Amino acid sequence: MTDAVTAPTAAAPPAAPPRLPSALALGWSRAGVETRMFFRERDAVVFTFAFPIVLLAIFGSIFSDRLGGTSITASQLYTAGLIGAGVMAASFQNLGIGIAVDRDDGTLKRLSGTPIPHSAYFVGKILQVLLVAFLEVAILLAIGVAAYDVRLPSDPVRWATFAWVFVLGITASSLLGIAVSGLPRSARSASAVISLPFVVLQFISGVYIPFTQLPQWLVGISSFFPLKWMCQGFRSVFLGDSGAALEITGTYELDRVAMVLAAWVVGGLALCLMTFRWKSRRDG
Amino acid sequence: MTQTAVRVRGLTKRYGEVRAVDGIDLDIAAGEVFAILGPNGAGKSTTVEILEGYRKRDAGEVTVLGADPGHPTRQWRSRVGIVLQTSNDTAELTVRETVRHFAGYYPGARDPDEVIARVGLAEQAGKRIRQLSGGQRRRVDVALGVVGRPELLFLDEPTTGFDPEARRTFWELIEDLARDGTTIVLTTHYLDEAEALADRVAVIARGRIVAQDRPSTLGGRAAARATVGWLEDGERRHLETGTPTATILKLTGRFGGEVPELTVTRPSLEDVYMNLIAETTR
Repeated sequence: MTDAVTAPTAAAPPAAPPRLPSALALGWSRAGVETRMFFRERDAVVFTFAFPIVLLAIFGSIFSDRLGGTSITASQLYTAGLIGAGVMAASFQNLGIGIAVDRDDGTLKRLSGTPIPHSAYFVGKILQVLLVAFLEVAILLAIGVAAYDVRLPSDPVRWATFAWVFVLGITASSLLGIAVSGLPRSARSASAVISLPFVVLQFISGVYIPFTQLPQWLVGISSFFPLKWMCQGFRSVFLGDSGAALEITGTYELDRVAMVLAAWVVGGLALCLMTFRWKSRRDG
Repeated sequence: MTQTAVRVRGLTKRYGEVRAVDGIDLDIAAGEVFAILGPNGAGKSTTVEILEGYRKRDAGEVTVLGADPGHPTRQWRSRVGIVLQTSNDTAELTVRETVRHFAGYYPGARDPDEVIARVGLAEQAGKRIRQLSGGQRRRVDVALGVVGRPELLFLDEPTTGFDPEARRTFWELIEDLARDGTTIVLTTHYLDEAEALADRVAVIARGRIVAQDRPSTLGGRAAARATVGWLEDGERRHLETGTPTATILKLTGRFGGEVPELTVTRPSLEDVYMNLIAETTR
């Protein structure tokens, strides 16, 4: 991320060298191969993509009662929560595992030996994350609307809320994913090291279990992380005003959602800049 | 006039207390095939990784294609090709997709299909890389190393794990590239490989260069005494001599013609190498 993209003319010998491809064009090209590799690797697709969809189908079939004297059904609540989890899976989990694997299997080392700027690698990753997250949300919404009475909001203000929660949430989760990609010691341990905390986070952030059934101290822990706030933001979009009664404070606290997610964007960026390594531990 | 591709003076690299590279000098001319030999842990890989711009040095002067590899620019990277030791990336892409993608990184890339054919993978071009054999996977690495039309190519133990036939085919490819004027810096454990390919070799031991010469003259090999061997009275006889021709003449007279099972051997590159390593680690 700290890579200085050298202007083609800056280091040029006098003989006017051929122009190097732009970082943006290379980022686009990276996005193409990243996406192709992602969809061809069934493990990765199952881990980040199908997981929330399968869970929605299971939870939606088990719980169909209305909640706490509102007109909201449990499956509607799960749809909103799993959209949050799905966005985080597409960004945090996907990048955390994907970059750890890239570091281990020689992708990063090989790229470092070519004229591609480091920024193009990240542009490729970001575009791939956006595509996967977008597809994930679209499929979860389609299932929710078709099977579980989820109603798409007609109010553009709600869609504006969706847009900023999505953008802030995916940015914070992506940066966090890039930062934690350095934790696994090898590609083989990556999915365990990254997935375990993510599953725990989903359980304490109100994705699977409503907050009303969680002890206070667990809610305190989850309030520190972005997932709780992403889900809360998405619930405000898809459950509407009547759903606010189900929140702990009785409101969606959108101002706090924005503040916490923005803080994670800043903190995540700082973490990435401080900890990101192109080399694996093996390479020293 | 020969231009210098690589110039190294007093290169030093420490890891903690260990001096992995302890004052190395090297000159590699443009167009030369240069092999670096040495046991594991001798500083060979560290030296090459510094030349490749992967590692920072502690001291010394290093110039590779006229620039300091300690501060690699994209322009410089586009003139250098690197074939790493092990990599497992792009397993889900086909050979053609991978080579095409990497060709896009370079301003004056070779035609990807031509490169694929040249490394002998034309038939596998549509195959996913995960389905290739180890030797075929290695040829993809070479294709990615040369697709950018590098002036200087680094090959790190390129034929480890190859069967003898695959190694010969690979050698032809390297000779082919050398004929085009590509400077090649090669590390290898196989002394026959160094002898077959390299114009000059350097032997690194304990972070220093202990010998640097043409393979045929390394370590005083050409001037070394020869061993004449023959069969006499059902027994194998050996004689070490500085004048093997005279010895054979004498033997010819003694046997009155053909000398049974006559051999004349000089120390192989491997013998010279083993001696050099033994001397430095003694």
